[in-house]
Amino acid sequence: MYGKKVKLRFLFLVLILFSVILSVFLILQSLKNNVVYFQSPSEIKSLVEINKKKIRVGGMVKKKSVSINSEEINFVITDFKNEINVTFSGAVPNLFAEGKGVVAEGFLKDRNYLLATKILAKHDENYMPPEVKEALGVK
Amino acid sequence: MLANQIGYYSLIIGLLCSLYLCGVSIKDFKNKNININPSIITLSFLQLTFVIVSFLSLIFSFIESDFSNETVFNNSHTTKPLFYKISGTWGNHEGSLLLWLLVLTLFIFLFLIKSREQPKKYRILTLLFQQLIIIGFLLFVLMTSNPFNYLFPIPVEGLGLNPILQDPALAIHPPLLYLGYVGSSIIFSASLAAVAQNYISKAWGQHIKKWVLISWIFLTIGIMLGSIWAYYELGWGGFWFWDPVENVSLMPWLTLTALLHCILVLGKRGALTSWVVILSITTFTLSMCGTFLVRSGILNSVHTFANDPARGIFILIFLFILIFLSLGVFFFFHKENNKSTNNFFWLSKESSILVNNWFMMYFLSVILIGTVYPIFLDVISAEKISVGPPFYQKLITPFLVPFLLFMALGPKIKWIKSKIENKSSLIIFVIISVILSFFILKNVTTDLLFYTILISAAFFLLFTTSRELFFKKFNNISQAIAHFGFSLFILSILFNSILSSEIITNIKVGETYNYTEGKIFFEKIEEKNKSNFNSIIGHFKITNDEGKVIKLNPEIRVYNQPIIITSEADIKTTLLEDRFLVMNIVKGNKYFNIRYQVKPFMLWIWISVLIISLGGLMSLRKKKYEK
Repeated sequence: MYGKKVKLRFLFLVLILFSVILSVFLILQSLKNNVVYFQSPSEIKSLVEINKKKIRVGGMVKKKSVSINSEEINFVITDFKNEINVTFSGAVPNLFAEGKGVVAEGFLKDRNYLLATKILAKHDENYMPPEVKEALGVK
Repeated sequence: MLANQIGYYSLIIGLLCSLYLCGVSIKDFKNKNININPSIITLSFLQLTFVIVSFLSLIFSFIESDFSNETVFNNSHTTKPLFYKISGTWGNHEGSLLLWLLVLTLFIFLFLIKSREQPKKYRILTLLFQQLIIIGFLLFVLMTSNPFNYLFPIPVEGLGLNPILQDPALAIHPPLLYLGYVGSSIIFSASLAAVAQNYISKAWGQHIKKWVLISWIFLTIGIMLGSIWAYYELGWGGFWFWDPVENVSLMPWLTLTALLHCILVLGKRGALTSWVVILSITTFTLSMCGTFLVRSGILNSVHTFANDPARGIFILIFLFILIFLSLGVFFFFHKENNKSTNNFFWLSKESSILVNNWFMMYFLSVILIGTVYPIFLDVISAEKISVGPPFYQKLITPFLVPFLLFMALGPKIKWIKSKIENKSSLIIFVIISVILSFFILKNVTTDLLFYTILISAAFFLLFTTSRELFFKKFNNISQAIAHFGFSLFILSILFNSILSSEIITNIKVGETYNYTEGKIFFEKIEEKNKSNFNSIIGHFKITNDEGKVIKLNPEIRVYNQPIIITSEADIKTTLLEDRFLVMNIVKGNKYFNIRYQVKPFMLWIWISVLIISLGGLMSLRKKKYEK
């Protein structure tokens, strides 16, 4: 009924459509599993249940809260309303300091305690991650 | 002072040149002469000269530390070494845009003198489209980011350049990257001109190929330099973080690579015309989008200089104009050329190149979604998310297997219709690759099956391309080199990621840290004063499992202007592995935070990228088309 050429075109189209749908599905699926949400200490305080997924917490490193031993670094992230304790064993960026903005990525143990897997680097002393800015209500 | 004036007025003359050029070109377009009006080339040269003069005067202001210039004041300092005073010229928003303009005008001038055998109307239209981009950027520079703003009273001292930019790799990374990034503008202009003139043909494909190659080579090397810099300067020990800023440079690279392959089909067979045009438009649009995202401050990074919403809006409007213009040209003028034989058998070089393009488009969409989705979500729901490396790794690595196999087999297939030859040797290669990778990986990885398949595929490509390189007559050496380089690239990355080891600990001076394979001894620290920074050098002795001692001296630099602390990793590079040690300091503590990494085949990642670019270079030199 239809020519060979038409059939081939049709097959080609179906193939493209199929692969497009497949890749979109894969991408969205993977996106759902791999995004990291950002939360402030206050938001964490008001959580109903603690999620096992990785999150980011941002705020200021509370003054006089940093303590270091040979295995780990402990400090407190504050948004001046609420606080959260953070434990981290790993390399901290150079700009990590008391009274400066910080973003910690890791897993929540409870509403007051984050086990961090990564402390994010910043590029200069004036730069504040936009998330932190918003969490602190700075404009 | 004077340099400031010269620079500023040169830019304005450059803009006048643009307007005058457009007028002359339109007049010449209607003219019946066969040859282009020589004054057009002279004018284009004049414009280039003025932009160069403007650029040189900015460099001069930087060298002289002329703080009456706002850009110099914001980004320079008298104690900075001369080399970084010069490279600081393009290490900021205003200066880098001037460099952008320089590349735009340079490329159109080169295009005009290198395209004499092309039809006159096509050349003039290319010039016009390019001038449109140039005018846009000139206005952008003059209105929102003038590099020659005057400051009064004249400050005594400048604010200094961000220290992490004071680095040799970063001095040459922007110019090279720009040659690639902005170089794609000429492909954009030329393809629009060709569409308008209905000139998308074999001849056009062969002519535009070298421009695609030039952009591609520079973009490849530019991205690599940025990556090398990130490796030793950011102190994470990795070379690619899937950071949005890296992604926006990779996206045009992917479309450019796809275009590079399609151009071959167009040049040889006159097919895939629409697709080539779409890719040309997309490449430059993605470059512009990248600029917009980075410069508007939507993506925060070291590339975001002082934020100014006006800049973002200007680029956005300009971007939309360009997109609408190009789509308009494409839909109104583009006619599918039905004369040429567009049909090809499913097993042919054409279809294998199309397969390459499918993969490129898939990789592109993964990266695009990963980069744009967080921005999108932030805008519509104010929810903050970030998409990390696992997303990209999970979606890209499995598809590398078929991709590598097609890369090995595709080039063996002939044009129009083909059969697979030399089946036996290919099967032998498959078997060798699988056995080889199985034995290498047997004891080192947890995910044996997946990595065996992946590395086998890479080895397979390595074997097939090296056979082509060493044992066969060189029928297509550039392709073989580039694909060989890519297989080496994938192998180095995979072995690097599987075999790397890392130790992170906090340590005081005089302490020794023992780990399973050896120990790290922190001998002492030494302080030195340099012109614009004080450095703290740590002396470490690392004993590995064979009892061999290596000394590594990472450094912490405390820059005085602006006051920033940076870590300089110490890296001992050998052909087989890199040993990487970086230390950090936490204010007010005796503990130093150190990160020690052994990274196998690190050097080969850079070498293989160079081999890939060499493939492009060989292709550029080749006069005739391969069989």
